[in-house]
Amino acid sequence: MNFKRLTALAVATVIGAGAFWASQPAVAQAEDEMFIPLMVYRTGPYAPNGIPLADAFQDYLKVLNERDGGINGVKMTWEECETQYNNDRGVECYERLKNNGPTGAAAFFPFSTGITYALIERATNDKIPVFSMGYGRADASDGRVFPYVFTSPTTYWAQADAMINYIAQQEGGYGDLDGKKIALVYHDSAYGKEPIKTLELLAEEHGFKLTLHPVSHPGLEQKSTWLQIGRRVKPDWTLMWGWGVMNATAIKEASAVGYPMDRFIGVWWSGSEVDVRPAGDQAIGYKAGNFHGVGQDFGVVQDILTHVYAKGQGTGPEDQVGEVLYNRGLINMFIITEAIRTAMGRYGDKALTGEQVRWGFENLNIDQATLERAGFDGMMKPIQLSCTDHEGGGQLLVQQWNGSEWEVVSDWIEPNGDLIRGLYEASAEQYANEKGIALDRCTS
Amino acid sequence: MFYREAGQFKATYAADQAIFPILQDKIGIAIILAIAFGVIPAFASDYFLSSLMLPFLVFSLAALGLNILLGYCGQLSLGTGAFMACGAFFAYKITTAFPELNIIFVFLLAGAGTAAVGVFFGLPSLRIKGFYLAVATLAAQFFLIWMFNKVDWWTNFSPSGVISAPPREVLPGFAVTGSSATPVDRYYFALGVVCVLALLAKNMVRSRIGRTWMAIRDMDIAAEIIGIRPMAAKLSAFAISSFYIGVAGALWAFVYTSSVEALAFDINRSFQVLFMVIIGGLGSILGSFLGAAFIVLLPIIINQAPAAVGIVMDTALLGHIEFMVLGALIIIILIAEPHGMARLWQIGKEKLRLWPFPH
Repeated sequence: MNFKRLTALAVATVIGAGAFWASQPAVAQAEDEMFIPLMVYRTGPYAPNGIPLADAFQDYLKVLNERDGGINGVKMTWEECETQYNNDRGVECYERLKNNGPTGAAAFFPFSTGITYALIERATNDKIPVFSMGYGRADASDGRVFPYVFTSPTTYWAQADAMINYIAQQEGGYGDLDGKKIALVYHDSAYGKEPIKTLELLAEEHGFKLTLHPVSHPGLEQKSTWLQIGRRVKPDWTLMWGWGVMNATAIKEASAVGYPMDRFIGVWWSGSEVDVRPAGDQAIGYKAGNFHGVGQDFGVVQDILTHVYAKGQGTGPEDQVGEVLYNRGLINMFIITEAIRTAMGRYGDKALTGEQVRWGFENLNIDQATLERAGFDGMMKPIQLSCTDHEGGGQLLVQQWNGSEWEVVSDWIEPNGDLIRGLYEASAEQYANEKGIALDRCTS
Repeated sequence: MFYREAGQFKATYAADQAIFPILQDKIGIAIILAIAFGVIPAFASDYFLSSLMLPFLVFSLAALGLNILLGYCGQLSLGTGAFMACGAFFAYKITTAFPELNIIFVFLLAGAGTAAVGVFFGLPSLRIKGFYLAVATLAAQFFLIWMFNKVDWWTNFSPSGVISAPPREVLPGFAVTGSSATPVDRYYFALGVVCVLALLAKNMVRSRIGRTWMAIRDMDIAAEIIGIRPMAAKLSAFAISSFYIGVAGALWAFVYTSSVEALAFDINRSFQVLFMVIIGGLGSILGSFLGAAFIVLLPIIINQAPAAVGIVMDTALLGHIEFMVLGALIIIILIAEPHGMARLWQIGKEKLRLWPFPH
């Protein structure tokens, strides 16, 4: 067969497959099943971070179905869609999955700030909640302007503030921040730039000096940045907003210039096992923010091991269970399923629409008893949301790498609520102004 | 047999100069337009319109722009992504500064602004060519993206550097950007823009200006000797190409994604459009559309094909298969036909002309 004929055949096959695919009707599903779309990235540049998250999503849904028979008797169904952490593909996945299941998608959680930005308007229009847990648009915590976006339990702005609070505690109080130098090393994208405004405001208020060090994507070349930090700026503390390969590189470079690791704090996307392991012993002492506990010593993790992994149903390798990103995936699924459970309290035990799940989010109250029932006791703080507050807390833990595992080294740290709230509202009001959105949603 | 021209006589100059001189082509184009304007919006789902057709149309326009520069004028450019960003950010600034201005004029002004930037970065083409010019246009890619990322003014001081399309209407009640715009309206708008600009491009490359571009492409010294001014030809190619790419960028940010950050237009975007032009066919209007379809739609089709025929597959495995199949197809097509998919279609037409009696 010559090449021309081969090409013609290949093209014909693809066109045929395309035509067939286009003509397929959506698969019908039972009325008592709740559909949850899973946007994942198991391939592409951020796959090492995406895989444990994706495995945890499925494992938690499996344990819900296995152990409890779903939520109040309603089984969970799900479908994965591969985004490759790419905004265009994320939007495509959203459009592909939003109408699946008997009542459409319950909520979307893209795990990418870029995709979140692209979805906010679409999802608001389609009345499907977007749950961006600790990423995405921070001012979307203002429920008056963003009725369909939820940022619980915390945002970049709240975390930046809580990190400064932690530094102040270490230095002996906010008064001792005066004259100190704090450097921010960040991924030069929408994601990395999020904390800058908050930090600048705090620098003005507390009198520390902030220096900014952008790192361009993907972040494999940081020699000059770290020479500058290590030799010229010599900051008292360094914060990092990094993601993917940038994190391990930063840790290695920081160690190469002799920067003290215990004064180097990463955001929670810079604090998983895949970030520190490549740096080896150089990473010992490195700190990172987090909003949940790590490890296997939690009821829910044990349940997953007995109900899912022991039966050979596990989605990923068993030794990844309990890692930082894995537990984050569990918490993400936990908050969504609790929102569904809350909504069922009002709308009945059946598959719910996105609009109903949104009500569940706004009336979500995860108290200590709920945490104990679901096995999340000790892993996260209680959360309560309302019409105006779509964040609910914003507390932070600081964890430290000891060479083999992450240890939590701080208590729960509170951000300065009023200050952050003011920032959210000012920014959200500007957005509302640009888009012509009325601000009276929660008062009426 | 299908392309038999016997009996189709041209009795006037107008008939001789028609865009599609053969009756079969006229019918073919009429059918395609009827499907695009009538059948697709009437029957396709929102998913098909907003996730497949919109990016396809936007990339077709960008590929058309690059094809004018690279395929017709022979100037290799790697700055496509940056010029798309120019279109997007110019349109954003213009429409937020003058909210009353109709979105069509906003897009035209954004295209014109991008054309000016394109001419500026096209100046080195007067002295250097080929790969050297490609590297010079890289400067545009890096500088412009850096600027849009760094200078807050471009994003109206948004904290994260993301611009978000404000709601705008073309005619009262026909919103094409913002949350109230329906997929069908967006699709019609993008399709209209692409059709008008494609028609203009088709006529341009058949006219005097297109012929000067092709003369410069084929042998610049000979072209100069017969009286073509290289400066005017090259800079006009840069200007018109950038105009098209700028409008494509504005469409991308406003009509397709609604919100965009500068990094969405990084060097990968430039490569993507370059591959579309090469695979689709250099120096061919049709090729721009074929290339865009290949790069934009094929990965999504491959990704969904197994599920459509009932094969349940691991997401990661599917992702890897998608890369492998796409890569293999690129290699096969380029070996089989280095002149791209448009050339394959041309060969197909030749064969149809002789069928069923090949000689």
